[in-house]
Amino acid sequence: MKNTLKRLTKACRDTLTFAKRSLLKIYHNPEKLFDVTFTPVLFTLMFAYLFGGAIAGDMKNYLPTLIPGILVQSLLTATSATGVQMREDIEKGVFDRFKSLPIARIAPLAGPLVADLVRYLLCTGFVIVTGLILGWHIGGSFVAVILAIILAVFFSWSISWIFAFIGQVITSSAAITGISMTVMMLLTFLSNAFIPVKTLPKFLQAFVNLNPVSHFVTALRDLLNNGAIHSNFWLLLGLSLVIVVIFAPLTTIKYSKTI
Amino acid sequence: MMATNELAIQVKGLTKIFKGKKAVDHVDLTIQKGEVFAILGPNGAGKTTTVRMMSTLLKADGGTIEIFGHDARKEAAEVRKHIGLTGQYASVDEDLTAWENLMIFTALNGLNKQEAKAKATQLLEDFTLLEAKDKQIKNFSGGMRRRLDLAVSLIANPPLVFLDEPTTGLDPRTREQMWDVIREMIAKGTTVLLTTQYLEEADQLADHIALIDKGKLVIEGTPDELKREVGELKFIVKFDGNATNAGIALIKEVFDRSSELVINGNEIQVPVENTLQISDFFVKAEQRKIEIKVFSMQKPTLDDVFFKLTEENK
Repeated sequence: MKNTLKRLTKACRDTLTFAKRSLLKIYHNPEKLFDVTFTPVLFTLMFAYLFGGAIAGDMKNYLPTLIPGILVQSLLTATSATGVQMREDIEKGVFDRFKSLPIARIAPLAGPLVADLVRYLLCTGFVIVTGLILGWHIGGSFVAVILAIILAVFFSWSISWIFAFIGQVITSSAAITGISMTVMMLLTFLSNAFIPVKTLPKFLQAFVNLNPVSHFVTALRDLLNNGAIHSNFWLLLGLSLVIVVIFAPLTTIKYSKTI
Repeated sequence: MMATNELAIQVKGLTKIFKGKKAVDHVDLTIQKGEVFAILGPNGAGKTTTVRMMSTLLKADGGTIEIFGHDARKEAAEVRKHIGLTGQYASVDEDLTAWENLMIFTALNGLNKQEAKAKATQLLEDFTLLEAKDKQIKNFSGGMRRRLDLAVSLIANPPLVFLDEPTTGLDPRTREQMWDVIREMIAKGTTVLLTTQYLEEADQLADHIALIDKGKLVIEGTPDELKREVGELKFIVKFDGNATNAGIALIKEVFDRSSELVINGNEIQVPVENTLQISDFFVKAEQRKIEIKVFSMQKPTLDDVFFKLTEENK
């Protein structure tokens, strides 16, 4: 029992060391944050001005629909970067040294993903602030906003574990990027992220309503615009937990076995 | 027989199969504590695969590996406490400074902040990198990078260090600097297992050399033993057609090892033990008016060595 606790503490400490390593990399190369700062701001502006009038009558009316949607899109697009980077590092042999060290096996994988939390927080912050500048009113309470941020970051984090796993299975980083782009594009556009579902043909509505991304967007909208917690919120929190519980060990096992 | 507790590494029947091909094929190696052991072989011979299995990065498909008496497969965690590894590709982080890299790896090795700072400073000093400590690794030269990489593998003072091709891709001057660094490490009593493609490097650094080709151990011995086996100078001479018989007779008369000569038309090859015999040959050829068309001296390359030894293996 004492031994297990000791090992767990060591695993956490090693993970935090690897997280620090990733954060230092970002510190030296701030351009690595491009996809979670500049890109989401640009997309928010583009979507607001381009589609605001057509979809909601005017730009400001569109913001309560758009901001949670664009937040989800920006976050989900950012979730594959670390998995891809890990694949490249493994190919380059960077992980060899880690494997020969007396450290917890999960640490080199979990560390960069923990550092990702900072990326997701930044992304969330940038989108929300851009929304506010454009004139969006947050209807939810302070607590609701905090819960929305937690959900946004935690769900994205769980998805990044899926990509970490894919990075262990598929050996070409270009292929991972391609697949993730396509899947995320489909899932975010075939959801309620940018449009009212009612305008869609019936068969598409069925898909959109099943799409987990729609549930994610709805949960964030409820929290940010109305301060409401519906079943969606708990469903997604539960789903995130299940994903992490499945994919973290799976990724670690696969990583320990390969090469 | 050496007592088992004097052994750093004992490998028996080590085998690794990649896609049905034997990358490492029943290799046996015994490495004493305090020894520098070189695994020498061409690209794709199985050197790196062997090192990766010994350093617990890769599971063997057959055979056993014991590091200081610990089984590399069953007691991998214990083995990792005793080894340092410098891979073929620097695993220090390009974007981080030398100091930051050392701080990360000291933390991973379980040192506290104070110990970490002392250790990092000492290593930077030992490897003459102290001035460059706040530079990002991407601005390091190839030699500096290798030195830092080596420094990182020494953080935990491991009694056994694996160096996988420590000088591949370095220019001759930097290579010699690296050799000096490795020699200092050896002087402190660290057991070193290094792999190399260069006969000269093995000769310069190692107490024992194992030649590996196509996954198989070809020969093992001290550098002197190996040189005796393969490091011979060859004298090649081409006679004018009519003079060939007289020429062969003269070679047989002059050279100690003329029984090993190879005749290829009017071109004769003979191994040379004593270089004075070559001048003797020219003097006598002049006296006897034996006409020589072309001559050359050849020092065997590693390829020749392998060619010869693998031919013998068949």
